[in-house]
This record gives sequence, structure tokens and C-alpha cells, in this order.
Amino acid sequence: MSTNNKPHYDVIIIGGGSVGTPTALSLQQAGYKTLVIDQFASIGQGSNKKAIGGIRATHSDPAKIRLSLRSIEIFSTWKELYGDDIEWYKGGYVFVARREQEENTLKKLLVTQKSFGLNIDWLDKHEMLEVVPDLNPVDLRGGTFSPDDGNASPLLAIHAFYRQARARGAEFRFNEKVSGVIVENGQVKGVRTDKGSYSADVVINAAGPWADDVGKMVGIEVPVYPDSHESAITEPVARFLDPMIVDIRPMPGSSNYYFYQHYTGQIVFCITPSPQIWGKDDRETSTFLPMVARRMVDLMPRLKNIRVRRTWRGLYPMTPDGFPLVGWSQEVDGYLLAVGMCGQGYMLGPGLGELITRLVDNSITQDDEETLSYLSPYRQFAGQELLK
Amino acid sequence: MPEYRINKHPILAIPDRKKVTFFWQGTPITACEGETIASALFANGIRVFGHHHKDGSPQGIFCANGQCAQCLVIADTMPVKSCMELVREGARVEPANGLPVLPHVPEAPRMGEIEQLQVPVLIIGGGPAGMSAAIELGKLGIGVLLIDDKHRLGGKLVLQTHRFFGSTQAVYAGTRGIDIATRLENEVRGHASVEIWLQSTALAVFSDQKVGVLKNGGQYVLIQPQVLLVAAGAREKSLAFKGNTLPGVYGAGAFQTLVNRDLVRPSEKLFIVGGGNVGLIAGYHALQAGIGVVGLVEALPECGGYKVHKDKLARMGVPIYTSHTILSANGDDEVESVTIAQVNEKFQPIPGTEKSFACDTILIAVGLDPVDEFTHKAKEFGLPAFAAGDAEEIAEASAAMFSGKIKGVEIARHLGADIPDVPEDWYRTGEILKSKPGNNFEEIFPEVPSGVTPVLHCTQEIPCNPCSELCYLHLIQISHEDIRQVPTFTGGDTSCKGCKRCVIGCPGLAITLVDYRKDPENPLVYIPYEFTREALGERETVAVLDTQGKELGVLEVLAIQTMAKNDRTLLVQVRAPRAYAHQIAGLRIQESPIITPLEQYVDHVEDDTIICRCERVSAGEIRSLIRQGYRDINEIKAVSRAGMGACGSKTCNTLIYRLFREAGIPANEVIDNTRRPMFMEVPLGVFAAAEGIEE
Ligand SMILES: Cc1cc2nc3c(=O)[nH]c(=O)nc-3n(C[C@H](O)[C@H](O)[C@H](O)COP(=O)(O)OP(=O)(O)OC[C@H]3O[C@@H](n4cnc5c(N)ncnc54)[C@H](O)[C@@H]3O)c2cc1C
Ligand code: FES
Repeated sequence: MSTNNKPHYDVIIIGGGSVGTPTALSLQQAGYKTLVIDQFASIGQGSNKKAIGGIRATHSDPAKIRLSLRSIEIFSTWKELYGDDIEWYKGGYVFVARREQEENTLKKLLVTQKSFGLNIDWLDKHEMLEVVPDLNPVDLRGGTFSPDDGNASPLLAIHAFYRQARARGAEFRFNEKVSGVIVENGQVKGVRTDKGSYSADVVINAAGPWADDVGKMVGIEVPVYPDSHESAITEPVARFLDPMIVDIRPMPGSSNYYFYQHYTGQIVFCITPSPQIWGKDDRETSTFLPMVARRMVDLMPRLKNIRVRRTWRGLYPMTPDGFPLVGWSQEVDGYLLAVGMCGQGYMLGPGLGELITRLVDNSITQDDEETLSYLSPYRQFAGQELLK
Repeated sequence: MPEYRINKHPILAIPDRKKVTFFWQGTPITACEGETIASALFANGIRVFGHHHKDGSPQGIFCANGQCAQCLVIADTMPVKSCMELVREGARVEPANGLPVLPHVPEAPRMGEIEQLQVPVLIIGGGPAGMSAAIELGKLGIGVLLIDDKHRLGGKLVLQTHRFFGSTQAVYAGTRGIDIATRLENEVRGHASVEIWLQSTALAVFSDQKVGVLKNGGQYVLIQPQVLLVAAGAREKSLAFKGNTLPGVYGAGAFQTLVNRDLVRPSEKLFIVGGGNVGLIAGYHALQAGIGVVGLVEALPECGGYKVHKDKLARMGVPIYTSHTILSANGDDEVESVTIAQVNEKFQPIPGTEKSFACDTILIAVGLDPVDEFTHKAKEFGLPAFAAGDAEEIAEASAAMFSGKIKGVEIARHLGADIPDVPEDWYRTGEILKSKPGNNFEEIFPEVPSGVTPVLHCTQEIPCNPCSELCYLHLIQISHEDIRQVPTFTGGDTSCKGCKRCVIGCPGLAITLVDYRKDPENPLVYIPYEFTREALGERETVAVLDTQGKELGVLEVLAIQTMAKNDRTLLVQVRAPRAYAHQIAGLRIQESPIITPLEQYVDHVEDDTIICRCERVSAGEIRSLIRQGYRDINEIKAVSRAGMGACGSKTCNTLIYRLFREAGIPANEVIDNTRRPMFMEVPLGVFAAAEGIEE
């Protein structure tokens, strides 16, 4: 058979991004010979490098909470365990409320979040100003604060995962685009690329915004539709802000925006346009900075004088309900989906990588079953998630 | 405190400026009204402006152009770039040590809408290229918005005190850069359809074909042009060597800004790296400002700049070390000395040839790169874009003027103006003006027994023709077809009347006049001279030199003459023995002590060399990544932070390529850094049209 003379792997991951990379590490650690293939020249050049680095467990469903709690463990202990600094900073997350509407939304959520045992609380205006003294007190009603959340550098983190995966024998091929998935008798056999073919027992679609294209390679529709978000980073200044600040109040042109002060002292921020801008266009627009600047300066006047250094635009791989799509294909044996990360692929990645290893390993736990039921690619897409 | 200012200059007028007092670390400092904080600090002998937050290394002036953030200081609690921020009476200025504290803002400012504007043509850059294009478009009544980030139009012309090369017909050859700037400015301002915004910086070209502009240093405006012309000039390349980020190491452009624009004497003893025109001219400007030039290194066996520029410097007694490179800038907090060494054919330093010289400043003049990011983005986003001048291709200002003119006509045609095509011979002239120096010939001295004759010490093919135009008897010939030819004097020994117009008008100061009429054995020699009379001092004698700077003898100065229309060039008259009278090409004003090497040279360590000065990333760190197989500069940036700094990798990107080359990796295997807006850092509040932005 033709597959005999191709290099063989236990698992091939299509996409060396926020999900594919920690997954490769986890699989290789569990003894699976893994190959990651990416179309770009180096690791994390898809959506991963566009992420601003927020990591929180304070979601509103058990699946994402569980995955993120594990991710936080990995991010926060990384330096101790592996030595390299990924600039983890436990600054917490603050969702602010300046109107009754947002106050109600957040308080309602808080009940669910607390029921999962998350360390999150409501702070009134006064308490909030103690945590974030630079918030504009005018109209401030308070907000939620979850001190155990944090942030880390997406650039350094993915490199750390990549290095460790390689050190354990995982292989990576860059500048190589997967053009087809080889299927024989309903069973995955490997992949074809613009440079060659590789055989494997399991193929994982971790192609981020390109998930649907990679789905079509086995004849399935993957409902991942990228939309674009713009982002920017400032000059570094001495630390004055600890938590990530999220403002979910919709305004003309945008639904929410968020920012934090990175480990290096730089403010990183980004906005969700409204209506959403669908498609893969990731070229900078002129509308982003004026829109986000007004909102940020109004919420935190001190930001008025900080100098913006660089801007970029990236893609969220969105799904109809804002939840990822994770699980085995029912059509093709050995084809695993790990896509549709929306705006949270970076924080979900490390936890998800381990879950995927258990899927491949056939060793999922009861908790995993529940997690996977939320993320099933075959679920009904009902409502929209409250906190995106 | 002693003041380091230029109080006398052979070319530049010294204006009387009002004094302002501000405080540096609590000590009162006297400054001149209208100057930048950086210039005021330099004028007071302060060159270390702070220490880097990452490793505490001393920081100071680097680009003097608002592009990097090396010169950050804290002025009245605000972190500001001292090269852009003007002094204010009573301001309290502190060094930026570590990360600056973002000042408190008591309440949300009032915010407005961002102004949007549509224009037929937006020109970025009001230098020779941009202005020349605007003039052509203005003549046709086409609407132009011309923006420039400086306080006045002229670009680099306003820093050029020397006469320009080029063609008298096509451009303003023979006129000083500073004066060409004024002429072009007057002309461009005469066109009603041209609007000019100064202190206005283009920040980004966006995919919706709008160009973000910071107007008047504080207002953000979005401009939608039908055509974009990028005439934003060039940026200086930087160089990797040990100590390359010490305060006192900076570019020739920064130096010319301090000296010729701000009239600061930033140095006593200067060393120059790079023998192109930029380095050679900067050296000459230094001498004119009374600054000693210790030497100049050029890695190639010959200087790349015009020979006449090199000769001018050599004749002033500046040693030119060809086939040499800089090994290190030495000093604790500032430059105290430089170490150079000879290089082999592979440009590797030859052990044992190291020499160190005491100096306080090292100028880096190792070439220019076009400012091309706007052109690339515009083309990528489908906005019709043209580039002119250095932003298109690095050449002389004369070429920039001519290319601006051509682009002006091309843009008019693009917009449908009913005018003929650009004439073919314009393109040819444009090419000639852009050409690099050609062949160099042996110097031939005229055989004249009597009479009077000019001696043309001009032996290299360069695009320049003022001498042939200045001779009213048409005795100096340069082909109109190709002004790169070397001039020839066709007058024999009887035709020249000795008017000396060619002597004072040659931009290269490469013509002398020998007059045998009174005493054929001891003829009079007239030497062009562009220094202050004081530089010759009370001296009665002066060493005369040949073209290469070799001393021929010491002669009595008979007179220092001015002439009508001399435009500040003086003539020094000496009487010389017939044996070498015609070889005299210049005189030495710089005495030798500063050009002698120190006893011991200072060693260098390569891997410590800083490649990314903004983020303090060393050559060793990047080399190690290259060795591990990293080929994507984006990836190198992600792990090392090289390229993430305030300058947006403008300084370090070419150096990273150099490390790849050194490692034997061809450029086509290297993935380039993704360029993103912004051109420079701008306060967030500007994008919100917030009131009270401190910029
Ligand atoms: C502005 C912005 C801010 C964000 N902030 C955060 C944040 O704070 N926290 C957070 O958790 N998330 C954040 N995100 C979201 C996060 O970036 C994404 O959810 C995440 O990167 C998606 O991970 P992924 O692995 O699915 O996709 P990617 O990281 O994009 O990886 C997919 C990879 O697959 C490769 N690929 C695709 N098709 C092929 C093929 N045929 N052959 C070979 N290779 C292929 C791609 O090249 C790519 O490298 C942000 C996103 C943006 C745009
Ligand atoms: S030198 Fe400025 S980013 Fe590297």
C-alpha cells in the first residue's frame, strides 16, 4: 500500500496555533508520536499571535470553566516547572458596570459562576476603586472581580509549548499547507500537503479560522466563521493597573472592549466591533483607534496620555453559539475536531490539549464527558453565550 | 556650566534668541526659546538623558527625529521625547530612569469627532522631492495637501550648508541646500491649490485607503486621497558594534540637526563611521562649526561618496581610514574613545591593527534606507501611490528634486490632467542625477608658463556642472548631454581673465586659481575657503595641501578675500613656489594632536553588541536563535522582543538581516518582519480627539 513508504505518525495536527501546539506537547508527553503541520513560516503565526493574552476561568459554563482552570494551572506554574518565563501575571479580571443593565447581567452571571466554586465577587463602586483606582468614578456602579485570573504572553507561551514538545520528540513542519486528508474506507490514513504526504492514525483539525477548509477535506461542514477584531499595544509604563478590565456595555460600533497592563508595562487592548465584521480580512482599518480610544479614555482617563505603539487585526474563529467544537467526527474515523475557539483559544489551549490527549487515549473521565457534551460538534446551536 | 553652542559660523547666521530657564534634576538650565529640550541639554553639556528600564544602560540622543524613544525625559511629570518637545520656562525636567510613571488625569477629558478629509493628492514629506512635486501639481491647479513633520519645509535641505551638485539647468546646482529650501518653499507657497501642514506626521495607511495624520502635533485627522505621493525621505542605517548604544553614538542626521538647525556644538572631538557623502559632508559641517574631527573609517578600499567631498575633508587634515572598521565605542556612561581596525577583503578586522582614539562622539553614516512603509501599505491596499526622492531611491537632493518634478507630472496625468507625457529626456536627466560616482582619473595639471589659469582638481565622474556655467568665457567644458563628465579647461594660458567665479562657485571646492602674471616663479594661488576667518586665527602662515591632503609647504597668508556674489565662500590668497603652486588644493585648519591614536586600544566583545536598542537585545541572543534554526523574523521578535520597541524595528531590522548574512543564510530564506502601523507612538487621547493632550 502506498501509505507504507510515507513517514508515519500516531497523530497529525493541522495547525500550530493556540490549540495545536499545547496539544502536541500533551500528546507527545503521553507517548504519541506527533506531527504538527502549519502553512506559515513559524509557530503561532495564525490567530495565536494576535491574541492579547487574557486568561480567565470565570466563564459561565462548566466546560470552559474546567478547561480554563486547568490552563491557569499550567500557565501559572510553567516557569517553576520548565524554567522559561512566559510573563504570567495574576492580576485578575474586572467586568465593570456603569449602567443598571450591565450590573444586572453581571450579577445574574455571578450566581452561576459562584455555583462552580469560582473565586469571583461583586465589588461596589468604592471597593472597585480600591482595586482599580484609575477608573472614572462618574457613573461607576461597581463590577465583578476575580483575582485568580490573569494574563501571560501568547508569543512566549506558545514558544514554550513548542520547545517542550520538540524536546520530547514532536515534529513540526512549517511553510507547508495541508491540501487534503487521506481517508480509506471511512478511516483517516494521513494527510497530503503541498510538499508531500504523511500517514497517521489520527488527524486533528486545529486549523483555527481555516477550520472549515480543513473540514471540507473530509467532506464535513464545520461551522466556524472567522470575524475580525483589532488590537493595539502601547509604550511601557510603570505598573498602575492590575486586572484585565472588560467593559461589556454595547455602544454604537462596538459591543465590548477589554484591556490590561502586560507584564512588560505595556497596555494591550482590543475591541469587538458591532455589527461583527465577517471574513478573513486582517488588514488594519482606520476606524478602530478612534472608536476604542474614546471608550477607554472615558472609562480610565489616565490612559489619555499613554502612547500607542502598534496596532494589528486578527481573527476570532467564531461558532454559531460562541462555544468551541471539540470531539470525534461521526463521519470519518480518526478525524478529531478542536476548533471554533472564538475569542478564547489562547486561554483554553493548554487545558484542551490534555483533554484531547485523553480522547485519543480513550481515557476520558466523567467530568470530561460533561465538558465534551457542551462542546460537541453535533449539538444544537441554541442561544448565544452571555460573556464572549 | 559651560555652554556648548555655536556662536560663529561661516555660513549660518546666528540669531539672537531669547533665553529661557528650566530645571534639570532641580538645577536651573539656560536654554534658547524655541529649541528642543534635547538641544538645550546638549548645549549645557548633558548627554545622558536617562537609563533603560531593562538593564539600566544610559540613554541619550539617537535619531533626533521623533522616531525612536531613546531620548525620553520626564517633563513636568509627562514622559516626552526630548528631541521633539520644546523647552518651556520653569519646566521641571527629570531623566527617564526605568519605566516612566503615567501621570494622573483627574477626570475624563472632553472628546470630539475625528476630522475626515478628502483630497486629490496627499504628499507625505516637504523636502526637495515633495515640494518639487507639489510645485508641478500646483502649476496645474490640482489640489494638494503637503504634510511635513518638521517646523519648516525643506526636509534635509535645511541642514545642508554646502552648495549643491547636479545640473544648473535641471535643478539648483551651485546653490546651498539651505537656500534651495527657501526658494522651493516660496515657490510652493505661491500655488493656491497647495495646502501645507507643518508639524504633521503621517502615522499609517489603512486598508480603507485612509491615511491617519497627526496634525500640528496633536490632532488626529483621517485623509482620503485619490493619489498618495510618499516623499518621506530616508532613514539612517545603524551599525552593530560594541558600545553602539552609548550616549554619544548617533547618526549623521541627528548630528546635522543639532549643529546646523539648533546651532549646538554637541562635540569637541568627533569620529565618523562611513565614507559616503553623508559621512563626508557631516565631517565638513563639523569642521565648519569648530568641532575637531578625529578621523573617519570606511570599510571599503575607497570612500563611496564624491571624491571632492572626501578631498575637502582630507585637505582639512582629517585622516581617512579606508579598509577600516569600527570595533567599539568605549566609555562608561558616554563615549570616551573609539577603537578601529583594518579589515581584510572579507571585511573581517585584522588582529594587530587595532587603534583607539579619544573622542566624545561617534557618528554613524553607513547608508540610508528609503522610508517605504507607506508606499508598500498603500499598494497593498489598492490606493494609487507614487514615491519620489530618497523614499523611492537613495540619491542626492538634486536627484530628489528632479524625481519629484517627474512624479508631479505623472500624478497629474494619472488624475486625467490634459498635459503631455513626461518628456523622455527628463527620465534620462533623472537617471544621470541619481548616478553613483563613476571613473576617477589621474589629476592632470595644466602646463602654463605664464598668464592665469584655473586648476580643476575634479577628477571623478559625478553629475555636476556649475563650473561650466559660471565661466562667462565658456572656457570650462562639460557636455550638456551628460553632466557626469569631468570638466576640462580649454583656455590655454592666455584666455582666462582670472575672474575666480569658478573658484567660489564649485560645490566641491575643487577649483583653485594660479596667477603667474606678476611673478612666474612665485605665482599667487587663490584657494576657496568656507570656514570662519577666526578659524585661521591670527595665523600668518598656513599649511597648504594637495588634493589628497598631503602637505606641500607652509605659506604666508596674503589676504582673505570676499567677492561679489560669493555667497559666503571666501578666498585665501597665498604666494607659492612654481614647483607646486598648481598642486595646491586646500589648506589645513585642524592641527594634528587630536588625530593621534591613544597608546592602547580597547578590546571588543561581539556577542554583547546590542542589536535592538529599544528592547536591549544583544547579537548573542539573536545569533543563538539563528543557530537554532529560526528563520522567521516574526518569530525572533516573539521570543527575544527584538523589533518590538518604540522605533518599530526601523533601527534593528537591517541589523538582524546582517546577522543572518554573517551566519551564511541568504536573505531569501529569511521571512521578513510584518510591518504594522504606527509610524511613531501617539497618545491614546489623540485618537479620541481628547482635550488637553500633552504633545
Ligand atoms: C485581537 C484578538 C485578541 C484576542 N485575545 C484573546 C485573549 O485575550 N485570550 C484568549 O484566550 N484568546 C484571545 N483571542 C482569541 C485567540 O487568538 C484564538 O481563539 C486562538 O488563537 C485560536 O486558536 P486556534 O489554535 O484555533 O487557531 P490559530 O491559533 O489561528 O491556529 C491555527 C493554525 O492552523 C494553521 N492552518 C490552518 N489551515 C491550515 C492548512 N490547511 N494547512 C496547514 N496549516 C493550517 C494556521 O496557519 C494557524 O497557524 C484573541 C483574538 C484576537 C484576534
Ligand atoms: S531598535 Fe527599535 S525596535 Fe529594535
